[in-house]
Amino acid sequence: MIGYILKRLGLALLVALAVSAITFFLLRLSGDVALAIAGEGAQKEDLDLIRKTYGLDRPLVVQYVDWLWQTLQGNFGTSLYFKTDVSRLVLDKLPTTIILGFTALGFALLISIPLGVLAAVYANSWIDRLALAIAVVGQALPNFFFALILVMVFSITLRWLPVSGSGTWLHFIMPTIALGYYVAPAFMRLIRAGMIEVLSADYIRTARAKGLPTHKVIFKHALRNAVVPVVALTAVQLGFLLGGSVVIETIFALDGLGYLAYQSITYKDFPVMQIIVLLLSILYVLLTLASDIANAWLDPRIRVA
Amino acid sequence: MSFTRKAALFSLASTALLSSIFAAPALAGKADNTVRFAYDQAPESVDPFFNNVRIGVIIGQHVWDTLVYRDPNTSEYKGQLATAWRQIDDRTIEFDLRQGVKFHNGEEFDADDVVYTLNFVSKPENKVVTQNNVSWIEKAEKLDKYKVRLTTKQVFPAAIEYLAGPVVIHPNEYYEKVGPKGQNDKPVGSGPYKVTNYVPGKSITLEKNADYFKDSPKPQPKIGKIEIRFIPDRQTQMAEVISNGIDFIMHVPKDQADQLQAVPTLQVVSGETMRIVFMQMNMLEGTPAPALKDERVRKAIIHAIDREGMVKSIVGAGSRVINTICFPSQFGCTDEGATRYPYDPAKAKQLLAEAGFANGLQLDILAYRERNQTEALIGYLQAVGIKTNLRFLQYAAMREQVASNKAMLTHQTWGSFSVNDVSAATPNYFAFRSEDITRDPQVRDLLGKGDNSVDPEVRKEAYKAALKIIADKAYAVPLYSLPVYYVATSDLNFKAYPDEMPRFWEMTWK
Repeated sequence: MIGYILKRLGLALLVALAVSAITFFLLRLSGDVALAIAGEGAQKEDLDLIRKTYGLDRPLVVQYVDWLWQTLQGNFGTSLYFKTDVSRLVLDKLPTTIILGFTALGFALLISIPLGVLAAVYANSWIDRLALAIAVVGQALPNFFFALILVMVFSITLRWLPVSGSGTWLHFIMPTIALGYYVAPAFMRLIRAGMIEVLSADYIRTARAKGLPTHKVIFKHALRNAVVPVVALTAVQLGFLLGGSVVIETIFALDGLGYLAYQSITYKDFPVMQIIVLLLSILYVLLTLASDIANAWLDPRIRVA
Repeated sequence: MSFTRKAALFSLASTALLSSIFAAPALAGKADNTVRFAYDQAPESVDPFFNNVRIGVIIGQHVWDTLVYRDPNTSEYKGQLATAWRQIDDRTIEFDLRQGVKFHNGEEFDADDVVYTLNFVSKPENKVVTQNNVSWIEKAEKLDKYKVRLTTKQVFPAAIEYLAGPVVIHPNEYYEKVGPKGQNDKPVGSGPYKVTNYVPGKSITLEKNADYFKDSPKPQPKIGKIEIRFIPDRQTQMAEVISNGIDFIMHVPKDQADQLQAVPTLQVVSGETMRIVFMQMNMLEGTPAPALKDERVRKAIIHAIDREGMVKSIVGAGSRVINTICFPSQFGCTDEGATRYPYDPAKAKQLLAEAGFANGLQLDILAYRERNQTEALIGYLQAVGIKTNLRFLQYAAMREQVASNKAMLTHQTWGSFSVNDVSAATPNYFAFRSEDITRDPQVRDLLGKGDNSVDPEVRKEAYKAALKIIADKAYAVPLYSLPVYYVATSDLNFKAYPDEMPRFWEMTWK
């Protein structure tokens, strides 16, 4: 088991390295960083000064190796745009994104588990179709659009919730729903499929034959087994939620990592962008690893294999 | 994406109409004497010398003071931190400084602050972002505690204009101790507002400086607090003002401002800005569009465009047609004697035919903002037989194309950094700088003469002659000034100025 974990960790490092190289070169190929920093009306002298200041006049490969070496030593550099330490910027914004990631995940599970179970128990009935419809809408509706609808209803018409910002817990409600609804369908379909399979298993028939009440059969016996693949998906989706909140954070002006990512892309602030991408890719790989381990722990069959 | 967002916006606006029927009047801002202001972009630094965005200028003018103040209503220069100044010779100005002014941290203002600031920012190694704003300063010297002498590198007639704009004065003791980084973390100025909270990229709170010096030409502030939040998404900003979460937004596109006009709790105010819009035509050696070397083709292009029509229907209230490449209020800007090209598609076609393009012409057009206006330009050109291929780029990328002789037509705009002097506008495109794609030595020399003389009459004459050649030879297509739309809670009194500077220090509640 330990060998397995170490191997996966090594792989994670390689993935992170590859991702960092790809982002570095893609970001730099997309345009001249100095021009982006200089802004409107900068003269050639301004640009030369900027290039020299930030070491942009060196070959790209040298810049990358230098960046990597500094990063490995824990020196994440200074934001080109905000002129503050990248580590401080990222650490300041991380909590907001983590809170949003977990609340969105919680919301997704909260609606997908009951709906998935209902859809399976009443498979092919109107309840199933309704659940399917909810899932399809969630999957098909772009989340920025859904976010605007939420704003329209809850902030403008009803005036219950603040439109944007991150001051109070009320500010997290709409972003949570907008983000969580987008990942809920995957859970729901998985739970439905798992439940349908489990419900036709022999031990469920046995449980029913023993005269156990339906809710006990469903929740104690069936769901516990159907939920195993969901655990794996949860970890992966959490990674997606942490990295995928760029649009939602920007719309709601939530001061998190996604918003910072949006700003650093806009300003070609590559030291910040690099660290965000690196952080998210490491997080993603670690979460996948955690899901494998959790699965192995939950399902002895996987452990044995 | 943009289409669906637009659809959402329309529904948003219609909901706004509906909701306004049920909504209680906005009292939030007035009740706690706070203006909540949303802006789409965060400044890279609050220190005015280390950012080059509009919001940075706005914060700068509230938190800091300058030596001189330009009255936005009369364009008259008044003493702010200075009380009087004298031009000693072509390159030397002496300033008498105001006594009894204190910075927000209690530090007393005197000659040391001025000398330190000017000498610090003018050194290239201190890396002020817009070198143009400070590179003209040679040195500043202290004559006594309240007297300073400033020397410019060359003759620099716009010095007072710059000293009334981007060149703010820092407290020397504090700045020496904390540097630009510290001044960004905990900004200290002497202005009518002080920074009480700043979270980079998120928000900044300004509070009224109760000890602001009485004799300042900026009136004593009435609004107690200004909370500036950085909200990048335009729809979110709109939703915020509709739901009274935000009291003030700016740079609202015309169509959205028109919709918000229907919300009773809001007021829409538009005003002209110093940003001018024009089209560049590449006539350099090796231009990808040799047709543009022909004066008749260039004139045809100007005649083809209905500028009045564009101003009226898509650019909006506050805008006006320009005939020369500068903003009318700028010192030296005039269209007197310059050739005018009225909208005349028949004449445009005739000129094209004379130039040998009776069967039309194909050109690329570069653009980076106000795409709807570019599309209107394309429509007008199409009508006289000029087919254009739109290449919509980021500003920096577009500029690269222009500077590397790859552009044909370019839909340009220029804001002059709100400097009210032609030297901040026309020379950028006609004095052989990187984006000059006309390169007429005569124009360059005239502009140089205007830039480097201290005699106002000599300057005016030189600029006038240069602007006339640019117009007569149709070196560019002058279009119009851009308006800016502000949307604010209806109980706020404020005025729009051409320099796009909301002056919170003079705003009041109704």
